[in-house]
Amino acid sequence: MCPTLATTTSFINGIGMGLAATAVLICSNFLISLLRKFIPSPVRIAAYIIIISGFVTAVELFMKAYVFSLYQSLGLFIPLIVVNCIIFARAEAFASKNSPLPSVADGLATGLGFTGALGIIGFVRELIGTGKILGHDITFGVYEPAFFFVLPAGAFITLGFIIAGVRRISDVIAERKLRAKEDKNK
Amino acid sequence: MSFTSVLLLMFSAILIDNFIFSKFYGCCPFLGVSKNPSTALGMGAAVTFVMTVSSAATWLVYKYLLVRFGLEYLRTMAFILVIAAIVQLIEMFLKRFVPALYRSLGIYLPLITTNCAVLGAALTNVQRGYNLIESICFGFSAAVGFTLAILLFSGVRVRLENADPPKCFKGFPTTLIAAGLLAMAFAGFSGVRFG
Repeated sequence: MCPTLATTTSFINGIGMGLAATAVLICSNFLISLLRKFIPSPVRIAAYIIIISGFVTAVELFMKAYVFSLYQSLGLFIPLIVVNCIIFARAEAFASKNSPLPSVADGLATGLGFTGALGIIGFVRELIGTGKILGHDITFGVYEPAFFFVLPAGAFITLGFIIAGVRRISDVIAERKLRAKEDKNK
Repeated sequence: MSFTSVLLLMFSAILIDNFIFSKFYGCCPFLGVSKNPSTALGMGAAVTFVMTVSSAATWLVYKYLLVRFGLEYLRTMAFILVIAAIVQLIEMFLKRFVPALYRSLGIYLPLITTNCAVLGAALTNVQRGYNLIESICFGFSAAVGFTLAILLFSGVRVRLENADPPKCFKGFPTTLIAAGLLAMAFAGFSGVRFG
């Protein structure tokens, strides 16, 4: 939840955060599913924490070395991947019960979904807040960017509207399906 | 370091750099446990307690264990373990010695390990190079800021229950938008400058 709001000030930041989390998710899912027979269940949470934080540290050092500007703009949120609920939830719900290969696939799918969502939020906020797409100005002087949307308050409001929009779309689709079914029955 | 500078640090941690509204640390419990004021206050109290203790503990671990042996890059791993251990200890301690407090805070304690505000405070302390007293004050006042935010917001949410938004806005989206409005109010403090 927290990175969703904090790191989506631009498209690139959102995608970067998503990919970092995806990398951690894939690695930790893989290792946890390999070790699932050896980890006694009373201490499993502690074991997951150690495994996940190990990979997070690795990703952090990697980003510091190769994508330093992204590392700086994401700041503390890279170490905070450790306490990301999604990674825990997948470790507990999927990787601890399945063999390594499906676990990696699950990590990849969940991670890419997360990345996509962050990318969309980042894209919307960057577009409305600064009038840019991927750092290129597209306002042509017609539109005055509302800097508000890059600020923390804008993050909450943007996410609220995006969720409402997604719900509306899925409602409409469900309604259409229902209507199509009814037509068939007639 | 003077008394005034610590006071300023605490003031800015509570209002200006409010953990939720300007840094987004601890958004999960902020949105999850703010359904009514009494649970919000319970969560806030538990977080304040843990965050103050863990700020001190992680500072000590960093200074005397990690820096000493040149293991600074392991701080994420070390801190999360320290926090998890502290939460466990506090839980056992309260259960044994202060059962009344345990009954009211107990259910929130396990949730705190995965609250990024606690780890965020510990990492911020190290990043800004605070000394022990500053770290404790920062941890405490950041948690007070968290409590303030979650308590205010729970009041808003009680009122929101009675509102009648369009169907697709019901529930989570309305909550987020209300949080956004509250964050705007807190953004007003960011204009405050000292000196």
